[in-house]
Amino acid sequence: MWRAGQGGWSSFWDAVSSPEAVAALKLSLVVSLLVALINAATGTAIAWVLVRDRFRGQSLVNSVIDLPFALPTIVAGLTLLTLYGPHSPVGIDVAFSRTAVLMALLFVTLPFVVRTVQPVLLELDREMEEAAASLGAGNFAVFRRIVFPNLLPAILSGVAMAFARAIGEFGSVVLISGNLPFKTEVASVFIFGRIESNDTVAAAAVSVLLLFISLGVLLAIGALRHYATRHDHA
Amino acid sequence: MRRYGLRTFALGYLVLILLAPVAVIFYRAFEHGLGPAWHAVTTPDAKHAFLLTVELAAIAVPLNTVFGVIMALLIVRHRFPGVGFVNAIVDLPLALSPVVVGFSLLLLYGRQGWFGHWLIDHGYRVVFAMPGMVLATIFVSLPFVVREVVPVLREIGTDQEAAASTLGASAWQTFRRVTLPAIRWAVGYGVVLTTARALGEFGAVSVVSGRIVGQTETLTIHVQAAYEGFDLVGAYAASVVLALLAIATLVLMTLLKPKEETR
Amino acid sequence: MGIAAREVTKRFGDFTAVDGVTVEVETGSLTALLGPSGSGKSTLLRVIAGLEQPDAGTVSLDGRDVTALPPQERGIGFVFQHYAAFKHMTVADNVAFGLTVRKRPKSEIEARVAELLALVQLSPFGDRYPAQLSGGQRQRMALARALAVEPSVLLLDEPFGALDARVRKELRLWLRRLHDESKVTTVIVTHDQEEAMEVAERIVVMNEGRIEQEGGPRELYEAPASEFVMSFVGPVNRLDGGLVRPHDVEVAVEPNGATEEAMVERIVHLGFEVRVELVRADGAPLWAQLTRDQEEALELAEGQIVYVKPARRTVFE
Repeated sequence: MWRAGQGGWSSFWDAVSSPEAVAALKLSLVVSLLVALINAATGTAIAWVLVRDRFRGQSLVNSVIDLPFALPTIVAGLTLLTLYGPHSPVGIDVAFSRTAVLMALLFVTLPFVVRTVQPVLLELDREMEEAAASLGAGNFAVFRRIVFPNLLPAILSGVAMAFARAIGEFGSVVLISGNLPFKTEVASVFIFGRIESNDTVAAAAVSVLLLFISLGVLLAIGALRHYATRHDHA
Repeated sequence: MRRYGLRTFALGYLVLILLAPVAVIFYRAFEHGLGPAWHAVTTPDAKHAFLLTVELAAIAVPLNTVFGVIMALLIVRHRFPGVGFVNAIVDLPLALSPVVVGFSLLLLYGRQGWFGHWLIDHGYRVVFAMPGMVLATIFVSLPFVVREVVPVLREIGTDQEAAASTLGASAWQTFRRVTLPAIRWAVGYGVVLTTARALGEFGAVSVVSGRIVGQTETLTIHVQAAYEGFDLVGAYAASVVLALLAIATLVLMTLLKPKEETR
Repeated sequence: MGIAAREVTKRFGDFTAVDGVTVEVETGSLTALLGPSGSGKSTLLRVIAGLEQPDAGTVSLDGRDVTALPPQERGIGFVFQHYAAFKHMTVADNVAFGLTVRKRPKSEIEARVAELLALVQLSPFGDRYPAQLSGGQRQRMALARALAVEPSVLLLDEPFGALDARVRKELRLWLRRLHDESKVTTVIVTHDQEEAMEVAERIVVMNEGRIEQEGGPRELYEAPASEFVMSFVGPVNRLDGGLVRPHDVEVAVEPNGATEEAMVERIVHLGFEVRVELVRADGAPLWAQLTRDQEEALELAEGQIVYVKPARRTVFE
């Protein structure tokens, strides 16, 4: 199922370098990277709290993490719009802004890093941390030098998945962002618009570019991951 | 002390991003009472959308389950050239934007498409009709059964199957009596994920279906249409239906996950 | 006093792992905590290290009360049974770790690491990762790592338990030699009495969270304070209402009044010694350890009836 690069090179280039297309691609890329990074931190924190901590309702929280996998994206978008948009019951209105796009993407990508980090954290050899402590490392040093390097490959896997999901996300973004060109229009919405206007060449061109960009980023993350696990295949 | 800080941060983040929004949907849907909500969800269009969604899932899920198990067996048990390639293809739907998926289908099967050309001449409508939507749904929910079954198959190894064949079981018997029971929780979990994805699909189906009200509108598309048509109660009510389906999915996932992991 | 653990109690839920134990270890000595699984020896060691907090009691190192201090601040070295190697770091970085977190200058670290790697004979492996080392090498690395920060106390938790028999024996001797040179106060936890006897100057025998006896290897073997200690520290038989060591079982082909009847079931030649497995009239098993010469003189055969008598017998109240 491969798109057509029809129409020749020049129209491909035109389609792809139109200001609106560039803006949409840039927004998608930047927000997706940002989301991936935020998830690296929050996902690890949530995984930590689920594995190392003990509190009431912990298993409920564990189940809830998968909600973004189960909930249709359009519903996710609607829920965020309802809570943080106009007529918000808590008075926060970020609809039709880039923050809105960010929040929608944070919602749908929430489970990825948590779920990749959790099993690794469970399996982590506690004795390494004890050894580090016995050698004089304080809590933060233990995390920085021992725990984090061992979690990094899992974090990177989760980040890659979160990024891939975020950059193509459509349903959750389409309502809350308002799809304002140059402001809150992401690449997938732009492509959708082009399809609706029957400008298939532009749609195809931007799709191809989007694919290449995400492939590029995923390869980079893969390389990072390979470096981080060099002790396994030295 | 530090522990409470982290816990509050993590839980607070979850509430902010995940729980509060979902709770609000329920609130808003039933804000004006049960009646209007029920009414909104039982209009002919809404009912049609619901049935269409269920129908799509009913087709896609069994197909993907069977395909998934076969694919998993092939990937793990049979070394053939290009197995890595096939593996990557299976993961493809997870990496592609749904809009791009729908778009590809349009290009292939639309009026000017590679296949569409021929098909339409023979009276088969694919895009803007059921077949296209079925294809889209199948594609986006493809990977789940495969991805759940492959690691389990790898882990249990071929010993049991080898034992069965030395005892005289045919390939089918071995599969039915030895392999299948061993992977059933993984398949179950994969089916739940597949169903959730099929029911919740929006982007790809949006593009391929043309969103014709009352005909090619799924429940998810209906939510958007209702919202944009200022039928807020309708949008929320339909969302509640979908959210309830999602919660049911979550419950099933929670029940099946431990069984799947303690292989 | 190098280490003084006084009235230490540690519970895990309903289970009391260590029950009001007091142990004093002299500075510069090598002491073994010996006991079966569940005796509390590892727990006691971890309390001394600060890896567990006791429910009662105090721990002092070199006269300093460290009960409230975390392991980081106790100046100890700890070696784990399964090495606890930092698998994501090279061998050199592992050994350097204690110095790295103390922010020592790089040149100092490099020198010390080289010194230690030479000490544990791992010099060519500095750039390798732990995954590329054998078990014995990993444990030597772990030891070098623990010694790098010049701890006042070295604690080893069943350090050779995960290694195979030959490597275990090698490392035991090696540890002994290392201690002779460095004179660091050392405590080793083990369930292997042979290991304890071979390595330690002083042995503390523990059972069910309490100390059964303390003493040198010879003392424990020849003057056990209880049935438990006697049977743990060496093989025993029950004979004549007391415990008898197999080499104290006298076997004769003629009765002489004080003997009991027994039948030879099996004769096992173990190189320099011979184990004679016997069964008594009431069906109870017994085995005697004879030298080759003794066995030859008796000309024993399977199925033969012989007469046994303890040369030495120990009775506990």
